[in-house]
Amino acid sequence: MNDTPLFKVSGVSKFYGQRIGCKDVSFDLWPGEVLAIVGESGSGKTTLLNCLSTRLMPTAGSVEYRMRDGQFRDLYHMSEAERRFLMRTDWGFVHQNPADGLRMTVSAGANVGERLMAIGDRHYGNIRATATDWLSRVEISTDRIDDQPRAFSGGMRQRLQIARNLVTGPRLVFMDEPTGGLDVSVQARLLDLVRGLVNDLGLSAIVVTHDLAVARLLSHRMMVMKDGYVIEQGLTDRVLDDPREPYTQLLVSSILQV
Amino acid sequence: MTELASYNFAYLDEQTKRMIRRAILKAIAIPGYQVPFASREMPMPYGWGTGGVQVTAAIIGPEDVLKVIDQGADDTTNAVSIRAFFQKVADVAVTTHTADATIIQTRHRIPERKLSEGQVLVYQVPIPEPLRFLEPRETETRKMHALEEYGLMHVKLYEDIARHGRISTTYAYPVKVAGRYVMDPSPTPKFDNPKMHMSEALQLFGAGREKRIYAVPPHTDVVSLDFEDHPFEIQRFEQSCALCAAHGVYLDEVVLDDKGGRMFVCSDTDNCEDRREHGHSGEMLAPSKEAAE
Ligand SMILES: [Zn+2]
Repeated sequence: MNDTPLFKVSGVSKFYGQRIGCKDVSFDLWPGEVLAIVGESGSGKTTLLNCLSTRLMPTAGSVEYRMRDGQFRDLYHMSEAERRFLMRTDWGFVHQNPADGLRMTVSAGANVGERLMAIGDRHYGNIRATATDWLSRVEISTDRIDDQPRAFSGGMRQRLQIARNLVTGPRLVFMDEPTGGLDVSVQARLLDLVRGLVNDLGLSAIVVTHDLAVARLLSHRMMVMKDGYVIEQGLTDRVLDDPREPYTQLLVSSILQV
Repeated sequence: MTELASYNFAYLDEQTKRMIRRAILKAIAIPGYQVPFASREMPMPYGWGTGGVQVTAAIIGPEDVLKVIDQGADDTTNAVSIRAFFQKVADVAVTTHTADATIIQTRHRIPERKLSEGQVLVYQVPIPEPLRFLEPRETETRKMHALEEYGLMHVKLYEDIARHGRISTTYAYPVKVAGRYVMDPSPTPKFDNPKMHMSEALQLFGAGREKRIYAVPPHTDVVSLDFEDHPFEIQRFEQSCALCAAHGVYLDEVVLDDKGGRMFVCSDTDNCEDRREHGHSGEMLAPSKEAAE
């Protein structure tokens, strides 16, 4: 199966009137591959992520996704019901702010179990057992299962959000600045955890970040965006060690000076 | 001329009644679906059953016999005033006997006596949206209904079990109607949920403040949501009614004195009276040694 892409993006553009959100983006994503989309704020990386994840309709272009039956489907021509089903089963979306991706007033167990219930799991004991398992996989003490995320630290909330997304065994996860807003030491632990899960589960992921260290640790391949355009892309190590575009060279050198 | 002489039959003007009837017909055609309607000001405050009153006003005719209950009783202030209202504005016959009524307007309870074909049960509903507890955005709840995304209802039941060891929801217990829409029978006790299932009567729900009407047509599946390992159960009362000795009915606890004395009596006052007339008597009414001494 690995000789077929999971996700095929072709000519995706988003305009806001005359202003460019992102322009003419094309790439393929392979099973098990992690792609980082890197850029400064206003570069168009978040607009692109929203288009790819169908949270936003692009002005032009197409995105095809290989469904579990092996058939490619054009995401922008799916019904809303199908898209929403895909998003809560075969995809995950990790928000920068965990409060945007969690239900803050229900317990950690219910947060993890919600997707299972949404796809028809009707056995409380099984749902709870699965939630318990996932809490320990994201290093949250299982005696916190009945606590609300309101009582959790920022790092725990982010790990809970990840568990909530992965419980249905998705094949593709979108992440929007997953370590943004966290303390540096907490960031490092979260990155280790995410890297481990991605490897263990063979996930494909598209990670948006302004942080080249995140791209370096998590991604196999990266794209650099500026003013809505992808200006450079390639294997992550190649781009970071041998940047070709002056803008990328500037980004990399500004990191190294710190 | 009295002031009321200027009102149309059953208070609402004919155009408004037609609008409400259209909403009711749509609600019957899509069981459990909340139909928006242009709720009118009624001569009573919201929270006093304005939704139910508008539904009753739209369907009542001169030949109808109306019963109004509140918590199962015909004699509470709310029930008395709604009954008096329709006597005034529609000059209809009223009754407290479930069997004699053609329209029964209710808050909370479904009568214990099985309803029959031709009867209409009108519920006064405060909050029609079962998903609101966890999803306050109406744009989102509407989408969830449209796409039949009801996982959230089970999240609520999950939380109940996680917190209390069992499903502790006793009122407004969510049901799935005709295998499609999830509906809030609010604020009926779950004890009455099984009575909604395959009822011979037409059930209409009116929410005045929220401007929604929904319906369960006769002979419709109404299934209470649950988990395989925590199946739906109704409340069970160990006691029998202190007045009529009825078992398996919904009982209210009545405090008798300030020394902890209390008794359990039927919430459905009509059913209780009917049983007593037929010779049943509970422990409060049975001749006791103490009374004789
Ligand atoms: Zn009784």
